[in-house]
Amino acid sequence: MLLAIGIGIAAALLAPALYRGLREWAGWALAFVPLCLFVYFATFLPVVAEGEAVRQVTPWVPSFGVDLSFYLDGLSLLFALLITGLGTLIVVYAGGYLKGDAHLGRFYLSLLLFMSAMLGLVLADNLIALFVFWELTSFSSYLLIGYKHEDETVRQSALQALLVTGMGGLALLAGFVLLSIAGGGTFELSELRAQSDVIRAHGLYLPLFALIVLGCFTKSAQVPFHFWLPNAMAAPTPVSAYLHSATMVKAGIYLLARFDGMLGGTTAWVWTLSVAGALTMLLGAVLALRHTDLKKVLAYSTITALGTLTLLIGLSFEASIKAAIVFLIVHSFYKGALFLVAGSVDYETGTRDVLRLGGLRRVMPVTATAAGLAGLSMAGLPPLFGFVGKELAYKAKLGFDGADLVLPTVAVVANALTVAAAGIVVLRPFFGALRETPRTAREAPLSMLLGPLGLAGMGLLFGLLPTLLPRTLVGSAVTATLGNPIEIELTLWYGLNLALLLSVVTAGAGVLTYLRWDAVRGALARMDPLWRRGPERGYAVALRGLLRLAEGQTRLLQNGSLRAYLRWLVALAVVLPGVALWMHADALFAGVTTAWAEVLPHEWVLAVLIVGGSITVVRARSRLLAVAALGVVGFSVALLFIHLGAPDLAMTQFLVETLIVVIVLLVLWRLPAMARDARDRGAQRVANGVLAVGAGAVVTALALAVLAVPFDPYVSTFFAEESVASAYGRNIVNVILVDFRALDTLGEITVLAVAALGAYVLVHVGALPELPRVRPQSVILRTATRFMIALLLLASLFLLWRGHNEPGGGFIGGLIGAGAFALYAIAFGLRAMQQVLRVSPRVLLGVGLALALVSGLFALAAGEVFLTGQWITVPLGGAAAPLKLGTPLLFDIGVYLVVIGFTLTILRALEQAPPPSAAPVASSAS
Amino acid sequence: MHLLLALLVGVLFAAGVYLILQRHLLRIIFGLILLGNAVNLLVFTVGRAARLAPPLIPEGMTVPPEVTANPLPQALVLTAIVISFGLVAFALVLAYRAYATLGTTDTDALENDAPSPADLATNGRAPADEDAAEASPSSPDPVPSDDLAR
Repeated sequence: MLLAIGIGIAAALLAPALYRGLREWAGWALAFVPLCLFVYFATFLPVVAEGEAVRQVTPWVPSFGVDLSFYLDGLSLLFALLITGLGTLIVVYAGGYLKGDAHLGRFYLSLLLFMSAMLGLVLADNLIALFVFWELTSFSSYLLIGYKHEDETVRQSALQALLVTGMGGLALLAGFVLLSIAGGGTFELSELRAQSDVIRAHGLYLPLFALIVLGCFTKSAQVPFHFWLPNAMAAPTPVSAYLHSATMVKAGIYLLARFDGMLGGTTAWVWTLSVAGALTMLLGAVLALRHTDLKKVLAYSTITALGTLTLLIGLSFEASIKAAIVFLIVHSFYKGALFLVAGSVDYETGTRDVLRLGGLRRVMPVTATAAGLAGLSMAGLPPLFGFVGKELAYKAKLGFDGADLVLPTVAVVANALTVAAAGIVVLRPFFGALRETPRTAREAPLSMLLGPLGLAGMGLLFGLLPTLLPRTLVGSAVTATLGNPIEIELTLWYGLNLALLLSVVTAGAGVLTYLRWDAVRGALARMDPLWRRGPERGYAVALRGLLRLAEGQTRLLQNGSLRAYLRWLVALAVVLPGVALWMHADALFAGVTTAWAEVLPHEWVLAVLIVGGSITVVRARSRLLAVAALGVVGFSVALLFIHLGAPDLAMTQFLVETLIVVIVLLVLWRLPAMARDARDRGAQRVANGVLAVGAGAVVTALALAVLAVPFDPYVSTFFAEESVASAYGRNIVNVILVDFRALDTLGEITVLAVAALGAYVLVHVGALPELPRVRPQSVILRTATRFMIALLLLASLFLLWRGHNEPGGGFIGGLIGAGAFALYAIAFGLRAMQQVLRVSPRVLLGVGLALALVSGLFALAAGEVFLTGQWITVPLGGAAAPLKLGTPLLFDIGVYLVVIGFTLTILRALEQAPPPSAAPVASSAS
Repeated sequence: MHLLLALLVGVLFAAGVYLILQRHLLRIIFGLILLGNAVNLLVFTVGRAARLAPPLIPEGMTVPPEVTANPLPQALVLTAIVISFGLVAFALVLAYRAYATLGTTDTDALENDAPSPADLATNGRAPADEDAAEASPSSPDPVPSDDLAR
């Protein structure tokens, strides 16, 4: 069965290509797909007739209990046959109806996709899979309704159908989840059915019932969600015939029938379904007479039929389910046929307005025959199949205890009005005098006759010989719905009884109504203002409200101001952890001691420098002052590092601070002064201050909370013990960087390389000119630099080399090397530095990264994990200890080169950038 | 001692956050620098910073002799220092480029070049001249530049 659905989807995807190749023959060719599927499903008839069900499972997301499991019993088979059978006729018909349309390939795609989704829906055994198919039908029907998307109202109608059924779909999903909880955790329908009694008695029954029914009602256009269906008539007529009469709107009915055995029979079930069904029946029947558009009349009569089906399923006993299943088949035949007839009439005459049509039977005899047969079936007159269906429905309503007169009365009224509607769509256009129409009518082409005639003929055939309809099919469908074996006898003549009498009354009243239609329509038209205040108005208000809400929250949260985003982020980062910390304050901060006496004098000095420096940066109006204060903070932190046993950190920090000053100064003189810049005032400034202080307080509290937790030194101890033993290094920090955690370091130097290239591109895109000038500078600086650069480079190499055992390493060495070149550039200019360096700094980046990568590959070659250190021992002879050489050293050289390459790339990029006078200071903020 | 360090982290954080909420690009970058210091100090502190010997193993021994400082946060912070250096350097070039292209360092003024939410809300799409706003900057005339020392 998964294959069947897969074939449908594959055919859908191939349809556009096929249409390009075959043009008008594509419809005939594609019709073979549903036809073959029809035959395939028909082969299951004997099995299902035995009362057996076929179950096939393909695991999908087994860890969540979601499988593509399919379950074929009588009910599923009935729907599958209807879907594929009607599908065949519709595809053929669409080929004629939309002949020459530019997007017909796309149309076939959506139609076949819909068919596959519908098949999946009626076959699925897993609730989640069922939901996915359910949403797929909504989605593909959106595409089909919106097929003529150039028209604004068409787009609105498609959106309305999608939103209403989509909302129902979400309710359905929630209902399914609750159902699964109530049923013991499984999503398989076949397993849930065994839990029916548990589910009906479960505390969640009412919520899950309400949600599932909400989903079904939106899909099947029950009051008050009926309004989307007439609007969906904006779709091309074959779509209306297929989706909005025979299949998609029946998906809700299918699901109600499917759940009848599991959820049905309770007071809530009977009352909700029968009341909604009865109201829908009446409303649809009345409104059908208000309209003169053939498709609108048919759409409202479809609502009547859907109401009837809901009512019958709601009554939930044997006779009513029998009637529902038979009426479902009846309705699919005649409504499909009549929609197709309406399409043909529209196609041939150019209008669907009943008032402008008449006497078409003379020019379109075959179409008229189909219309006549389908119309008789719709009116429920013998010897058509519709009569059988209506008799059964009357019998069911008469047989239900507890509603005495109400049910039969409602049914008679609705059916009488349906008889009148049948007259409107059949007698008016096809009988009487031939009228002039926008186009001169001819008989429709063969492709557009097959569908109407086939469906209408089926109604006649099964009416005359109800026994021909596989008794087993109807029987097993009823059995599957009710859950216990049912025998069923269908016949045209049940003898003289109350139901027959009601039929006679119905027909008489219907004919009378039809004869007085003009007066009835006038009366209904005067009530138009009332309909305009109906549920559709609620939809419009809700939709507008939703849009306004979205607009409002967008303006609040997504207003385009970066600073506003940042404020929201900071505020949340302050408030959420802040509240959590506050709630657990007693436990978290019990151990915090204020032993100020322990703090040493020089620690106080550093603290004062850091606090003072921070405040100065915040308050500074001069950029140079701010840079100087930043330096104070940075160097003080570096001194703290030394004091607290972290010489590597201190060295790194010192060097970085120095280089940052160089880079900042390079940028500074290219940017306008800060003092000229507008500053925040008043409330905004206070808000920023509050946020900032809050953020600081939360971080301090977090730090104290972490410190209050007992320390687990496991990882640190491991590194300390293994440093010499397995990595031959005595500087544990460096060993961690180049050996234990080398992959992290590799990632970090990659980031540096990317940042450097990014900076290079930023300056070079937009063709800023090369600036090749060198100017004489201070003689003292130049002379000193000549010595210094050699010393600095030597020092950097020395630190690189000894880093594995003493403070130093690739990062520190690299930063010193970068500083050396920067100094040289300051003294002699960049061009001269370039000559000393000989290669582009970007080459250093690449070589460095490559070295680091290659150093890791040795381990792979040795069959170990990437970046595991590989060592060789070089004997030095004599008393000297043998020299250990390893890939971590190579890795560190890579780090060294990347750091130098990064710094020099940035310096070069900035140096080549033109000064502010050259920048287009066009539209400064005013 | 830990309390003092935690308070210092808080001060650095507050100053950094205040600065990144400012309008001038340079002040935002200064904020980034302070935030970098704050985070480094935070990691270092919660790694149980204490007045201890550096995590070095003397020649001839295979494990550290006595209690040494925790090496793990040091390794983390060392790379973090270099990474924040990279971030700040890149941000500075970016600030320069933004100024060269747009002629302003005011973040509030930068926003004006993007379609406003009001435009988005009224007709559901950006204004028609959106592409025009993205027009590339006119290349400035070649101007003799000075080198690093200036």
